[in-house]
Parts: sequence; C-alpha cells; structure tokens
Amino acid sequence: MLIFEHARPGRRNYSQAPTTTASVDGIPDHLLRKKQPLLPEVSEMDTVRHYTRLSQKNFSIDTEFYPLGSCTMKYNPRACNSLAMLPQNLARHPLAPEDTGQGFLACMYDLQEILKNITGMAGVSLTPMAGAQGELIGVMMIRAYHESRGDFARTEIIVPDAAHGTNPATAVMCGFKVVEIATDKEGNVDLDALKAAVGPQTAGLMLTNPSTLGVFEENVTEMSRVVHQAGGLLYYDGANLNAVLGKVKPGDMGFDVIHINLHKTFSTPHGGGGPGSAPVGVAKRLLPFLPVPFVTQEDGKYRWVNEKERPQSIGRLSAHMGNAGVLLRAYIYVRLLGKDGMHRIAEFATLNANYLMAELKKAGFEIAYPTRRASHEFIVTLKDIKDKTGITAMNLAKRLLDKGFHAPTTYFPMLVPECLLIEPAETESKQTLDAFVTAMKEILTEIKEQPDMVKNAPHTMPLRKLDDVKAARELDLCWKPDA
Amino acid sequence: MSIPSDLKYTKSHEWVKSEADGTVSIGITHHAQELLGDMVFVELPQVGDTFTQKQECAVAESVKAAADVYSPISGEVVEINTPLVDNPENINQDAFGAWLFKLKPSNPAELDGLLDAAGYQEVLDNEDH
Repeated sequence: MLIFEHARPGRRNYSQAPTTTASVDGIPDHLLRKKQPLLPEVSEMDTVRHYTRLSQKNFSIDTEFYPLGSCTMKYNPRACNSLAMLPQNLARHPLAPEDTGQGFLACMYDLQEILKNITGMAGVSLTPMAGAQGELIGVMMIRAYHESRGDFARTEIIVPDAAHGTNPATAVMCGFKVVEIATDKEGNVDLDALKAAVGPQTAGLMLTNPSTLGVFEENVTEMSRVVHQAGGLLYYDGANLNAVLGKVKPGDMGFDVIHINLHKTFSTPHGGGGPGSAPVGVAKRLLPFLPVPFVTQEDGKYRWVNEKERPQSIGRLSAHMGNAGVLLRAYIYVRLLGKDGMHRIAEFATLNANYLMAELKKAGFEIAYPTRRASHEFIVTLKDIKDKTGITAMNLAKRLLDKGFHAPTTYFPMLVPECLLIEPAETESKQTLDAFVTAMKEILTEIKEQPDMVKNAPHTMPLRKLDDVKAARELDLCWKPDA
Repeated sequence: MSIPSDLKYTKSHEWVKSEADGTVSIGITHHAQELLGDMVFVELPQVGDTFTQKQECAVAESVKAAADVYSPISGEVVEINTPLVDNPENINQDAFGAWLFKLKPSNPAELDGLLDAAGYQEVLDNEDH
C-alpha cells in the first residue's frame, strides 16, 4: 500500500510541520507555485506504521544472509555511521573557512594517505561522487596524459569482455574507440589477443582484477608489460578490491590509475542508489592531472589545493569536494580496522567464498571455473539443470527467498549462461554459510522431486512471482489521485 | 529446436534470409532469444539507414539484458518490421519468423562468407561449457 492511499483530506502530521516561517524574495512570479503540491495528508501514527511495515517487508542484510557481497552491500558497521553523524560533522558547511575545519580536513588528508598506501598509488583525489564518475575521471586523465605529450594518435581503449559494462561506456564517453578482447577457458584475458590488439593507437587498458568471473587475473604483470611497452596506460576498476584489500597493491601490478568504490568496500551501502564515492588514485606520471580540490598539509596545517596551483588538473567535478559523509565513513572504517584488519578482510572474504564454492560443488552444483581458486566470489551455472528440467537460475534465486536467504546476483556476468554470482563477504560466520549450503541442497532435491515448487517460487513472500515483462514494458512509477 | 537450413547465420546469433526480390531479411536466432529471455523492447533501424558488415544496427532488450544486433552484411535498410515494436514477444515465440528489418545488400558476395546451418550448430556446440 502506498502512503497516498492512507491519506484523507485534512489529516495532519504536526511533528513534520515547519516550526518557523520563511520567505524568499525575488523569485519571478511565473516560477512560483500556484497550487498546493500533491502531498499525502496522513496522521503521524499512520506515517509511523506505514514506514515500519515497509521496513519489515525489506529483505535486507540486517535480517538475512545477503550473498551479493561487497558488489552491492556488505555489512556496514554501525560505528562508522554513528561517528560520521556526530553533530560537528553533520553541521559543517562545505564553504566553512579552513581554519574552522581542521579536524575534517585532517580526516580527509589521512584518508588520502591511507588509500595511497592500500593501492600503491602516488596521489589520491577524493572528489568523484560515484563509481561511474571515478571511471570517467580516470580515463580523462589517461587522455590528458597522452595529449600533454603531444600524442594525439592514441584513440583506442582495450576492454576485456569480462569487464563491467561501465568500462566500455566510460571509454566511449571519453571519445575513445573500444576494442574488446576475449577471455580464455580458464577465465583469464587472452594474452595473445591482447598482444595483437596493442599498438601506437592504444591509449590504455581497463581491467577489473579480480575479474567479474571471480578469479584473479594470473597474467596481470605480463599484461601490464605488454600495454606499457606499446605506450598505453593501465586502468584498474576497483569494484572487486575487497578480495585483495591490503594484500596486493594495484600499483605493484603495474596500474597507472585506479578508482576505489568506497560504497562497496569501505562501509557505505551501494544498493541504495547513492550517495556513492569513488576516489581516484594515480601513479607518479599522472599526478599533475588529478582533479581538485584535494587536501595538503603544511607545517601542521591542512588546506585545500585548488586549480590555480594545478594548471594541468582536469578540473573540478562539483562545487565542493565529493560526498563528505561517505568519505568520513570510509575514514572511520579504515581507522577501526587498521592495516591488520584490512588484511583479515581480504583473507576472510576469500576463505568464505572458497569454502562455499567447495561445499556447493560437493553438493552437486556445477562451478563455472572449477579449476580456479575463487577470489571473493564465484560462479555457479545452472545450464545443465535448465537443459534437463527447464528450471532456471531465476527460479532457484526466488526459491532461496522462501528459505530465508537473499538471492545472489543472477545472469551476471553474461559470459556464463544461467549463472549465480555468489559473494558471501568477510562478515559471515561458518554457521550462516552452512545454513546457506543446506538450503541450496534442499533446492537441488526439490528440483528432482518437486520441480513445480521451485518453478513457482517464491511462496512465502508478501508478493509472489512478479510479471517482470509487464513491469519493464509498462513502467508506472507515479501515483495519481483517482479522477 | 532445429536450425532452419535455408537461412545463413553469424557467430553473433543473427540469421539472414535471401528473399525473392533480392533483399535479405534479418533477425536473431532462437538460441539468442533463449539466452536473452522474455523480450521487452526492440529498437529497429530506420528505412534508408546504411550499415557496413558487423556494424550495430538494432537493439534487442529483454528482462535480463540489452543486446546489440550486428548487421550480418553491408547494405541499405529498405523495410522494417514495425509491428514487432509493439509485440517484441514475437521474437520469443518464433525467432526465425520475427524478422527485424530487410536490407538491400551492397556487396552480395558477403553472403557467401556467412555460416550455414551446420556451421552455426558448431558455434553453438562450442559455446556450451
């Protein structure tokens, strides 16, 4: 039920009403609203009940195992939230003088330094406000680098076919032609195809490592040598940083530029649609191009670095500096963990994924890359089951909901048919993982003995199977009053 | 589902049918619609558009994904299957009947380089893990 459907004319919610009057002068008459906005007229208690009920229907990480992992939403410690929400943080104005914001600037400076250390980069700018923006900035810096050397012939960006869809989109947005290269049977980038693709036209290569196939790119140093030798640069998509956090530095693998999704790995929910934060890190040769502002420290005082001091900077991405709340949460998260804690994240994220993979294999599920060790995630394919029984990855995913587990990612990556991409993340206990394996085993038995039970799932959710074709074709997001 | 022997195919899962008037009809294969799942939109080219071989020429979008369709040969679009825009599910029901558009080939020799039914079957066999 929508909140509008609880509404009756004249009902008021005084706790939400403004307590002061405000007037704004100088707005042209034609821009002023003549009619009252269409807001639901609901009492305070009905409002409370409405949102409490909604929260109870939410199948969330606070209530159930959520094997979408860091890709979407791993557990975000409460401490990060509560500290980031201290009044001195919430009330801080982005234009406050540097003198009165030394505490905040110190946090941002430390965060820059910590991210430099984790990624092995020479400089970090915290300003991008989403993964896509971080990617865009990264590739813009690659372009700025080539152009600063008078090299205008580099028109191509190489992207493996296992990449995130945003990678080719970013390259095209920056005016590059995308050259796709294939993945071999083991899930690695085809090295011979890469060697054939590079040349004086190569601006760079974009790579996610571990890849979306859930495996660590085994030839990464050789790939980096091939691309560098051709005069190109290497871009690291940090989407899967959770698997290698503090263990391997992208800088050591040979990458020149990286974006880090703080809203995946560093304690901000990703699945909620924002706000996000994707700091970019660069190797030494790209330092002049970093976006401003970022924080520097002189004689124990912190201050912003602006475009005047950085004439080659690709500029500003917004009026101020990134999403301060997300940056603070990330800062608190890395400080709570420390270096050892970050190592443990990578270790347990990988251990949990490999344990689940081994147990599901034992239970009879087909693993897409059985010879490879999983990184922080792995892929199960139901192709054989679908061919024999007609039961799809989507059916199994819905049946998992009945058993109290959120479904893993389905049908991504698209290279693997009927796939489930499972990422348990580091925070889950062995007991939870075992319960998930038990549920998966039960479903496997049901597929054999009661296939309709799986085909028609979910059975216990507030809504049953949805008509996703109708939802896509007749998208209807606006409530309108009955005529 | 058998693969019709009177059509030509591409590795990227398009089919091509030579019509009596010298034009060719182009669609996506049964296997392609099976991978995509329930279709929700198709975006067709416009009559008069010209494509070179392997150029993106249409989009097929399902509940799972949006996939580019690549022109199997070079040529000019002479007709589009407009009713398909309102009934994209026709592709799911009859992939080899639901043509997207017709091309007037600019280089008919390209047709000889396309796969026949047996060659396309081999592509599908190799795709399976």
